[in-house]
Amino acid sequence: MSESSSGSSTVEYIQHHLTNLCVGDCDPVTHKANGFWALHLDSLFFSVLLGCLIILVSWRLTRNLNADTPGGFQNFVESILDFVSTNVRDTFPGHNPLIAPLALTVFVWVWMMNFMDLIPVDLLPVIASLMGIEYLKIVPTTDLSTTFAMSLTVFALILYYNIKIKGLGGYLKNFLFHPFGKFFVPVNIVMTAIEELAKPLSLGLRLFGNLFAGELVFLLIALIGGTLAVGAAALFWLPLQIVLDLGWLIFHLLIITLQAFIFMVLTIVYLAMAHTEEH
Amino acid sequence: MNITATLFGQIIAFVLLIYFVEKVLWAPLSTMLEDRQKRISDGLAAGEKGKHELELAEKKAQQEIKEAKDKASEIIALAEKRGSEIVEEAKQEARTEGERIVTAANAELEREVNRAKEALRSQVADLAVAGASKILKKEIDAASHKGIIAKLVTQI
Repeated sequence: MSESSSGSSTVEYIQHHLTNLCVGDCDPVTHKANGFWALHLDSLFFSVLLGCLIILVSWRLTRNLNADTPGGFQNFVESILDFVSTNVRDTFPGHNPLIAPLALTVFVWVWMMNFMDLIPVDLLPVIASLMGIEYLKIVPTTDLSTTFAMSLTVFALILYYNIKIKGLGGYLKNFLFHPFGKFFVPVNIVMTAIEELAKPLSLGLRLFGNLFAGELVFLLIALIGGTLAVGAAALFWLPLQIVLDLGWLIFHLLIITLQAFIFMVLTIVYLAMAHTEEH
Repeated sequence: MNITATLFGQIIAFVLLIYFVEKVLWAPLSTMLEDRQKRISDGLAAGEKGKHELELAEKKAQQEIKEAKDKASEIIALAEKRGSEIVEEAKQEARTEGERIVTAANAELEREVNRAKEALRSQVADLAVAGASKILKKEIDAASHKGIIAKLVTQI
């Protein structure tokens, strides 16, 4: 009996943490979005907050740039910029002034949204609940809407540049005769359509999946202390939780950087493919 | 876990963020980086040029110094030659001057001697006449014997 109640409270704990702050078309009981017409205020709030932070910090930085003797933070930002522009130069053919800022935005924004995952899972939701907000999911990239917002924007750019560079006819011809030549037109259409659609899907789902799983692992680690550490057992479980949490934190720091990097590189690669005649 | 209308909000946020990152971060920073790159390469080129110019100037300076040295030693040699010439001339002049002085002195001496002789002669004549007149008292007529005494004087 106690087992099952503990089990259900565990599920509840996780469920609660994975529920967005929903307004609009939401289920009144589970508080999940019922259909499309709902807004996840927490995702919007934190992503916009981080975006504003990026703009504010960059504004403060570029307001008094020091060309001759750059200080610590300017050096740091310069190295990020250099890193991104090196990636763009290596991957992207020709010159498009949009690509590098886009890649920089993707990298920095995704990284910062991912970084929210490293904040202790209960910290901000507890503070929010004290302020009367019941549900709060602080990592915007664990929300499919956020990841797909980016991947669909990139996809729109892919379509735009495909049509702009190759022409509508050239792009459609790609569907007809790629990858198997002119004798397999129906197969080609299906294959190319899948290939094109896989781009935004894989972009959005990869980021979402990694961050969602990471968040889930943090929640499970947090549960060790929450449910098992009762009485004397705490002497064993609490240190274990700390060690595991630290380990996953360090590993996850790598993952969030890697995911931000992958998202950026794939964005560049897809747009590079859109800019080249044949691939 | 559905995709919701949040999607639109996030798309707008994303597009705006790209715009602002371009405006606020990318454009100024990359302009500055490009400027810096250009300045550095310009500076390096200028440094290289300066080094080259320095080398040229050093070479030229060496040459000038060498030329100056040559000229100086030439001048010194000339001066030495001229100096010895002047010394030689001075010696010559001194010698002739000395000789002239010596001959002049000799001539003066000769003249003095002659004058003295002349004076002596006249005095001797007077003395001889006075002596003889004293010895001979009245016997000797000074006028009659003047011719003989004058002859005697010339023999002295």
